[in-house]
Amino acid sequence: MFLALRDLRFARGRFALIGAVVAMIAVLGVILSGLATGLADAGVSSLRALPVTHLAFDKSASGELFSRSTVTRSTWRQWAAQPGVRKAEPLGQQLVHAQLTGPKAKQLDLAVFGVEPKGFLAPSPLKGKPLSEAPADGVLISEEIAKEGVGIGDRLTVGQADTPLTVVGTIGHASFGHVGAVYAPLPLWQKLHYGLPGQVPAAAAEQATAVALQLAPSADTAAIDKRLGTKTVDRAGAFAASPGYVAESSTMTLIRGFLYAISALVVGAFFTVWTIQRRQEIALLKAMGASTGYILRDALTQVTAILLAATAAGTAVGLALGGAMNGSAPFSLQTGQVTMAGVLLIVLGLAGAAVAVRRITKVQALTALGANR
Amino acid sequence: MTSPTPAPAPADGTAVPPALRLTDVTLSLGSDEQRVTALDQVTLAVSPGEFLAVTGPSGSGKSSLLAVAGGLQTPTEGTVHVAGTDLTALTERRRTAHRRRHIGYVFQHANLFASLTALEQLLLPAHIAGRLDAAARTRATELLEAVGMTHRADRRPHQLSGGERQRVGLARALVLAPEVLLVDEPTSALDRARARDVADLLAEQTRANNTATVMVTHDTEILDAADRVLTLRDGRLV
Repeated sequence: MFLALRDLRFARGRFALIGAVVAMIAVLGVILSGLATGLADAGVSSLRALPVTHLAFDKSASGELFSRSTVTRSTWRQWAAQPGVRKAEPLGQQLVHAQLTGPKAKQLDLAVFGVEPKGFLAPSPLKGKPLSEAPADGVLISEEIAKEGVGIGDRLTVGQADTPLTVVGTIGHASFGHVGAVYAPLPLWQKLHYGLPGQVPAAAAEQATAVALQLAPSADTAAIDKRLGTKTVDRAGAFAASPGYVAESSTMTLIRGFLYAISALVVGAFFTVWTIQRRQEIALLKAMGASTGYILRDALTQVTAILLAATAAGTAVGLALGGAMNGSAPFSLQTGQVTMAGVLLIVLGLAGAAVAVRRITKVQALTALGANR
Repeated sequence: MTSPTPAPAPADGTAVPPALRLTDVTLSLGSDEQRVTALDQVTLAVSPGEFLAVTGPSGSGKSSLLAVAGGLQTPTEGTVHVAGTDLTALTERRRTAHRRRHIGYVFQHANLFASLTALEQLLLPAHIAGRLDAAARTRATELLEAVGMTHRADRRPHQLSGGERQRVGLARALVLAPEVLLVDEPTSALDRARARDVADLLAEQTRANNTATVMVTHDTEILDAADRVLTLRDGRLV
């Protein structure tokens, strides 16, 4: 550390350069973490909020299950009667275009969830009435829809049938596939799902997208699926059924993976050049009796100091930039993820540098003598 | 002053064992077909407080002698005793530790660390040895004063002249009070007057610190500062 810290002070321009690169990577790391979390929230926050352990879909559906699955009344009733099943209720899900009527008229996209108004899936409103006390066309809107200028008492119409919705209350953040969520009574959802004017056919009035389940650990989902012709996934597994969720998550993971790989390479490359430039000094240290361990510790202390300082500075800038986005992008920061991003950068930077400074072990003390230079 | 034997024992008759002793040292370099004998059956001993100068033409083996004497290179044959320990019998790790405790090197062009001030150059060996305490700081300050560099203690190498750098290099080599001081062409980059100063300082510090000093040099004009002069030619002492 004696030499490492003095080198940092003496060659501060050179180290500031690599520090700035690491700091910029840290800024990118924080922003990508925030965007990844924000995108995930925008994709599945409504699913995260569901008070369920599992969802059972039609077994023939695949991929984006919410748009491809249909279950019937008999299915959710049979599910409710299976061993280990605490609660089972129908859940409808439909993405629709809506028209806000009246003086604030505008078009909106809605992710409509159909639930039984008195069931365990019906959310408690932050403002207004619960679905159980609302009229048949009453809906609860999420904060995302409220931010579009929709409020309690407003009326929306949906689809060719101009099915009317009346906003009776608001809930917190909830979105699905980057679209704000709306909770409607199941009969209303079935009407929206049918989509045509007139009376909903009897068969359509018996349908939902999935069965929302609260299961005991003892529930044998595989056996029940086989009996009832369903495909059960746990709540986290259902995220993959959200539109674009898998593609977004894997893209962000890939970008972050490349970022960290690049950071390890950049730090490694810098310290490779630095170690080569220090060859004479390293030989001198060895000739003076410094052990290889002493020199490696000194070099890695230098790397750690740079990585710590640059990562801290970059993270602070990243947080400030994230704060400045202020809703203009799907951005959400979690302390754990930001910490993990910083730790990953430091660990991978150290790994890259460790490979580089291994060269220290190969430097011969003999090089310090004039005739061997 | 050309004998390979050490200086005579003190007048009181007590025998002083040599701090450095090379016995039948041969150093061969290169592969079989291009084998070069850098040192050939070299035997010498240097007592504490003795200043030995080794001269000779380029390629005569002077630097090889310093490398072998300091344990930087292992001889093909023979033994090298420093402070009573045979370096050739030690592992690389123990040889490094022995060098840290018992040997000081003064290098050509001083080889100072660019980022350290003159005083810090002297504190570094103490830090390497894990002994950077108040005593080490006092010793460093005293040595800087002894080599006339107190007024330049806070300067870095690029702010010092060649002669000043060599003074600092000498003080650095002495800071852990080694029994053996090995000096590599200390005046090669200095003008006459500065070369003379450095040579006299080496002689003075050898006596003051009771080190066994071996200086290899091309510079015949500073040989008179040494107690004894040996000449190497084709790896042999002549």
